[in-house]
Amino acid sequence: MILRIKQILIKEFLQMFRDVRMRMVVMVMPLVQMMVLAFVLNTDVKNIATAVIDPDNTPQSRLLADEFTGGNHFAVTHRLATDKGVRRLLDAGRVRAVIRIPQHFSDDLAAGKMVDVQLLLDGTLSNDSAITLNYANQAVASFNQRLAGETMGTAALSTGPLDFRIRAWYNPNLESKYYYIPGLIALMLILIGLALASMAIVREKEIGTIEQVMVTPIRRLEFILGKTLPFLLTGVVTMTMMFLIARLIFGIQITGSIPLLYTSAIIYIMGNLGLAILVSVTAHTQQQALLTAFFILVPAILLSGFIFPIRNMPVLIQWLTMLNPMRWFLQVLHGIVVKGVGIRTLWPHISVQVTLAGIFLTLAVTRFKKTLE
Amino acid sequence: MKLQRLMAVARKEFIHVWRDWRSLVLAVAIPMLLIALFGYALTMDLKHVPTAVWDQSKTAESRQLLSLFNGSAYFAIERHIDGYRELTDLIDAGRVMVALVIPSDFAECIRAGRPVTVQAIVDGADANNATLTVGYINAMGQIYNRDVRILPVRRLPASGGIRLEPRAWYNPEMESRNVIIPGIIALVMVVIAAMLTSVTVAREWETGTMEQLISTPIRVPELVLGKVAPYFVIGLLDVAIAVVMGRWFFDVPLRGNTGLLFLSASIFLTGALFLGLLLSIVLKNQVLANQIALFTGYLPTLLLSGFVFGIYNMPKAIQAITFIVPARYFITLLRGIFLKGIGLEILWLNAALLTIYAVIMVLLCHRKMKLKL
Repeated sequence: MILRIKQILIKEFLQMFRDVRMRMVVMVMPLVQMMVLAFVLNTDVKNIATAVIDPDNTPQSRLLADEFTGGNHFAVTHRLATDKGVRRLLDAGRVRAVIRIPQHFSDDLAAGKMVDVQLLLDGTLSNDSAITLNYANQAVASFNQRLAGETMGTAALSTGPLDFRIRAWYNPNLESKYYYIPGLIALMLILIGLALASMAIVREKEIGTIEQVMVTPIRRLEFILGKTLPFLLTGVVTMTMMFLIARLIFGIQITGSIPLLYTSAIIYIMGNLGLAILVSVTAHTQQQALLTAFFILVPAILLSGFIFPIRNMPVLIQWLTMLNPMRWFLQVLHGIVVKGVGIRTLWPHISVQVTLAGIFLTLAVTRFKKTLE
Repeated sequence: MKLQRLMAVARKEFIHVWRDWRSLVLAVAIPMLLIALFGYALTMDLKHVPTAVWDQSKTAESRQLLSLFNGSAYFAIERHIDGYRELTDLIDAGRVMVALVIPSDFAECIRAGRPVTVQAIVDGADANNATLTVGYINAMGQIYNRDVRILPVRRLPASGGIRLEPRAWYNPEMESRNVIIPGIIALVMVVIAAMLTSVTVAREWETGTMEQLISTPIRVPELVLGKVAPYFVIGLLDVAIAVVMGRWFFDVPLRGNTGLLFLSASIFLTGALFLGLLLSIVLKNQVLANQIALFTGYLPTLLLSGFVFGIYNMPKAIQAITFIVPARYFITLLRGIFLKGIGLEILWLNAALLTIYAVIMVLLCHRKMKLKL
């Protein structure tokens, strides 16, 4: 049996890596992707192009504008005296925020009145608008604080008794790379394990070589192992390379246990390969396999909590995400890489992973037939 | 070029697609699934952040602060704890995202009007949501301080200040659904167009039917146009489904011109179809062509187009790359037409660049396609 598995493994590896272009695709692509993505998936909003409408144009109103630009979150690109042309600036997307200071701004402030300052945001990227609004509120709070300090002396510097001391654990500067880079690794592994593997298995069917395999004495399990092990190995190698880059270029260290990380990753990849075999059993052409794999991949990625928080989904969908292997692997990954927690915290996640992978693989082995239809 | 031969190839391809029910159903089901997911389940707006509280004060004052948190849509107090260890476990396991630690002298300080610090520990592993959460906590602090001023205990002298009046244009509720669903059209079209056509010519080579085609009197433009025709129809059908579902099921506003929407979709679709075909012609291998299509079509559309991640936040080098991503122009067109209700008077440059891209793809296909062995 070992001999036969060895033979088919040799064949599969030859087939997969004979083509230089294929080697590039499997090995280089994930790395390039990571380099680009790591820079893109940086959702820290900075230098928001801002127009200031300031008919008042007094030291006081300029001070307010400075308060906005102080933290590097806003960058004033247009200064206007009237509303004219604002609509066009927003329409063309040349500014994403407009601060509209009313007339008599400094006079009203000096008279101790509450003055309304309008903030127009481009809502076409809603998440960024929410973050922008946060920054604007901070700028206004600090302006008010300074104003209160000027009128009442330093004693009243704080606007109230309550003060939050906020600390972010594991990632004190709240850098998004600690979240996205491990997530990308989970994403890459499901792409390789599901899309690439299912197409490669169906390929044999489509071009007709499966008939040759069927007449050999190879057994079902041996065939499945021979087909999937190369992808398991590719996945592990890819993951290792991605972690190396994460370490060398992005300075992300694995704080927890590395053996536990690999155990969980292997379980994850095997579960995905189980799904890939299930897809390939039902598909006849590579195009079908690709579409079916995508039909599974899209919800798996979107409902994993990677970009969209699971807690905000409807309860029914939240229950469905329990079946999503990427969800559990993502939590283990963040737990081990960023938080440095161990098996004591992660055993429930890993047990679910094992259960899911077991179900997928059992289904795959029972549904797979080494016969022609 | 003869229309008759073109029609013959187109008919053959239509029969291929038509006979392959499964691919056809999936080609329509994938966009519907995506839109349903984004309409019902996925939102980047963070609400009901799970919160643990360690209330060492246990007084009316501390409960008032907590009810402020619980009463808002942003926080959900799920655990009351009384120890640091429990707090660590909860955050480690990711069961809560925020832990508030209220000191034992909280009530006395508030009554005396002395400053008091409440500790807020945030799970920084998910940096994005942590950033939003920090904003929420600060906002809660401001609200509490403002309300506390009204209490008779500590009445500050009335002073002037400014009040921010935020308004998000084009998307007043800042709903991510309104932003994502128009973008899905681009994503779906790349999946359907580039990825599906990437396998078409390669399949002919792999299964050996290309030789039969070469022996017929067919010419290059006839073959190429015939190949893409069915996918063009499917692609436009998908756009129609997306528009109808978005408009009537999920109330995404369509403020601009529907004709312009379909026109620009057709141009983008042409570019994507011919990109897939080009890969298929050049690589002659389905798995490989598909992987490259994923890399050059799907991923840039998802990540470098401004679909979820704003281009203005990216580093300059990456921003430069986005200029060669056609989806960037298409997404701008889509958002402009759907949300801003603007037309070619502002969007002409985007439309022109999109057209140039499509023309280049068509010409490249024409040059690379050779009907020779």
